[in-house]
Amino acid sequence: MNRFLLPLGLFAALVLVLAIGVRRAPEKSVIQSVLLGKSAPDFVAPVLGSPDGARFEANSLRGRWYLLNVWGTWCAECRNEHATLLQIKATGKAPIVGLDWKDQPQDALSWLRQLGNPYEIVAEDRDGRIAINYGVYGAPETFLVDPQGIIAYKHVGAMTDEIWAQKFLARIEPTGARPSP
Amino acid sequence: MIPELGTFALVLALLLALAQAFFGIAGPALGKDRWSAVARPAALGQTALSLLALLALADAFVQHDFSVRYVAENSNSALPLIYRIAAVWGAHEGSMLLWTCILGFWTVAVALKSRGLPPTFAARVLGVLGLVAAGFLLFLLATSNPFERLSPAAPDGRDLNPLLQDPALAAHPPMLYLGYVGFSVAFAFACAAMLEGKLDQAWARWTRPWTTAAWAFLSIGIALGSWWAYYELGWGGYWFWDPVENASFMPWLMGTALIHSLAVTDKRGLFKSWTLLLAILTFSLSLLGTFLVRSGVLVSVHSFAADPTRGIFILIFLIITIGGALTLYAWRAPLLKSTAGFELTAREAFLLFNNILLVVACTSVFAGTLAPLISDAAGLGTVSVGAQYFNPVFMLPVVPLLALVAVGMHAGWKKGRLSEKRRTLLATAALAAAFALAIVLGVEGGIPWLTPVAIALGAWIILSSLVEPLMRLRRGLSLSRSVLGMSLAHVGLGVFVLAVAAVETYTVERDVALRVGETATVGSFEYRLESMGPMEGPNYDGVRGIVVVSRDGRELARLHPEKRQYWVQRSVMTEAGIENDITRNIFAAIGDDLGEGKWSIRAQVRPFISYVWLAAFLMAIGGGLAASDRRYQRREAAASTRPGVLAPS
Amino acid sequence: MSNLRSLLLILLALGSAVVGAVDPEEMADPALQARYRALTHELRCMQCQNQSIADSPVGLAGDLRREVRELLQQGKTDDEIRGWMRERYGAFILFRPEFSPRNAWLWLLPGVLLLGGGLIGWRILRQRQALEPLDSDTPEDST
Repeated sequence: MNRFLLPLGLFAALVLVLAIGVRRAPEKSVIQSVLLGKSAPDFVAPVLGSPDGARFEANSLRGRWYLLNVWGTWCAECRNEHATLLQIKATGKAPIVGLDWKDQPQDALSWLRQLGNPYEIVAEDRDGRIAINYGVYGAPETFLVDPQGIIAYKHVGAMTDEIWAQKFLARIEPTGARPSP
Repeated sequence: MIPELGTFALVLALLLALAQAFFGIAGPALGKDRWSAVARPAALGQTALSLLALLALADAFVQHDFSVRYVAENSNSALPLIYRIAAVWGAHEGSMLLWTCILGFWTVAVALKSRGLPPTFAARVLGVLGLVAAGFLLFLLATSNPFERLSPAAPDGRDLNPLLQDPALAAHPPMLYLGYVGFSVAFAFACAAMLEGKLDQAWARWTRPWTTAAWAFLSIGIALGSWWAYYELGWGGYWFWDPVENASFMPWLMGTALIHSLAVTDKRGLFKSWTLLLAILTFSLSLLGTFLVRSGVLVSVHSFAADPTRGIFILIFLIITIGGALTLYAWRAPLLKSTAGFELTAREAFLLFNNILLVVACTSVFAGTLAPLISDAAGLGTVSVGAQYFNPVFMLPVVPLLALVAVGMHAGWKKGRLSEKRRTLLATAALAAAFALAIVLGVEGGIPWLTPVAIALGAWIILSSLVEPLMRLRRGLSLSRSVLGMSLAHVGLGVFVLAVAAVETYTVERDVALRVGETATVGSFEYRLESMGPMEGPNYDGVRGIVVVSRDGRELARLHPEKRQYWVQRSVMTEAGIENDITRNIFAAIGDDLGEGKWSIRAQVRPFISYVWLAAFLMAIGGGLAASDRRYQRREAAASTRPGVLAPS
Repeated sequence: MSNLRSLLLILLALGSAVVGAVDPEEMADPALQARYRALTHELRCMQCQNQSIADSPVGLAGDLRREVRELLQQGKTDDEIRGWMRERYGAFILFRPEFSPRNAWLWLLPGVLLLGGGLIGWRILRQRQALEPLDSDTPEDST
């Protein structure tokens, strides 16, 4: 009798694995960033819209919280999050640094002129190397970097007011309640 | 109005399915023949209603009814009619409805052909099918109703995923489901036998044609998917060991084992409990595949919109159906014993190892596919599994299996008698080896050691499969469809092995950057970009190039690769330019615009790749022939049946 | 004579056309090219998630292929390149699960199954050999 129960037993183990998988499914569709808790990779990049070829260095932001938003004019979802980004700028809680990914400067400038500019400064990543160092795989992505230059959180997909409040603001200004993971 | 009728039809179908299940199972259990008789009409009615619902959904698409959410999400006013119809099964809700209708199709087929079966057995089969149908109808109505309304109605739709706007891919789900779902018949036969308390050779003979037919459809479905991936998805790949591909491949592997195991049970009454288990597991893999694709637990290029709620529902359904069947198995199987023997080189021995090797292969693919889940659940962290795992791990049991195929075909039942066939076997083996050597020496370039082995095995299987039919024809003996089908299917297998060996060894591939008018050398071919210009289609625009491929100055092909941007979903699709020759495919796909008029082009010449899919069709035709053999049409005198005691036979 | 001149002109034109087709994605050194092919088939395209960066036409795949080429030219080993990718994208970018204690079960399973299956098959064979073939009405050459 024993060995005929084996299939049922193995099936029960499988069900357990699948049940755990389903419970964790919502987070799984987004790949967890390996860079959480590590230093934000430093980079030096040209500044969008600066006629004298000014360069931006990431380390210059050490000492305060900031958002790094990866975007491009070719990205449909980036359009959807633009309003939220403008609102975040209005709150003044943390500056947003834009990383213009694989884009043309003229397109980017006219885009920002049309829709408004939520960024304190925009760095150009024409060939995509900076984005690769940040493990970016699909725009838009937004990183939250703490005053020590450590990446505290990363959100893949369009920013929303809820995500800002629950995942970003809750880390910048902890109210005592722990931010949701 | 019509969408609401669709929902109503589904509700009625659910009620009938429940009736089918209840009366089909309770009737025989309680000895109430009048109850048992309800199963068949209930089954017919349930299918008719499901079909009505499908037609209602199709109507909504054809009429551009964007007040139906599913239509709004998967169609568009610019979508051509043929794709509006294909869009019916283009996303989760509709494909589940298709699943249900195809289950109905098989149910009706069984219902109509079951008059030759003992009534209580037939009722139980229909009862189990009714249970499965009820589960899916409930799932549809509770979590995935395709007729849900949008209010206010959308002004226009979000368009069908451009990947799906393609004829091969439109046909892929129906074929796949015909196969997948077709294994439910074997499952139902298995459950009915367990409920009856009886499993004999007659049972195996009844089950065989249904299983072989389902297997044939699944072979076609998988081949269509692979073919589509080749010319649509990327740059000339045809199998990625993607979780969703694996989800259809595992039932195929298990189904192949089942077909062979059924042959043994049919002929010799052996391997009964094992065949029973395989019948349960094959359909279980189909159900599991459905779960994996829709629950969001696995990441795939392919998955439907992931929704954990649906995942939980399907999981509960899995627990009830598979868990129930395996419990029945644990209860009934111990009583199935047989005392017949066979020799070391008998056909039974070969089929035993056929089964073992196929199950090892299937389990390995299973482990690799679920590894991310297993690793995560066991707290072992993330693991990522791809072709570099699946290829070697799959070939490990399969290469020995291929060697067994060529020999096993000639082994007799019970006694093997291989010594009688020694000359034939040696002759075919020698020919195959010579062929492999000739190829390997004749074509230049370094090759992996596996190539001549694979070529030899493929050729041996083909030659070996032809021996029996040719001999019979020569002697003027009759050639039953069964034998012809089996030979054809095995020839298909040999062709498949040869084709894969050729493709994997002799493909020539290069990524080149070309301006219009420039030529690049790719192996012994020249690729010239003759033109590249903008173009527009019914619901997309983009660029189309003309690539001329020649060799030694002689033009071989004019290819028309395209890069399309679909207006609504704004996704970019590459349509490769492919020309088919009897010996190879010449392929070009457009990559990035490199600026300054330069374009990146993927140039690829794949020898014999079409034979990979042709082989699958050969296997399917062979299966279809075998399933239609006259011996399965003979009516069985209704045997007396008593529920309860399991008699060994 | 003018024919020869035309021929020379044509050859010249063709020749320059060929020279102009610089491959953006090939390495001059065949040994490096072979490693490049192998590596790009082992790395997952993070955007299309079940294709390798060798097989994916999207921009990110092209960027990652460029990184692989540059790392190869810098003299990095295959393992170092895999590590470089993993540092940025996690284990998910690798198609070949590494052979570590945590993944050992995955790599050992197929071999164990094969051995186990073989042993079980052998045992069944021996058992059945010892039995008499009871029913004799199966025509031996049927399917």
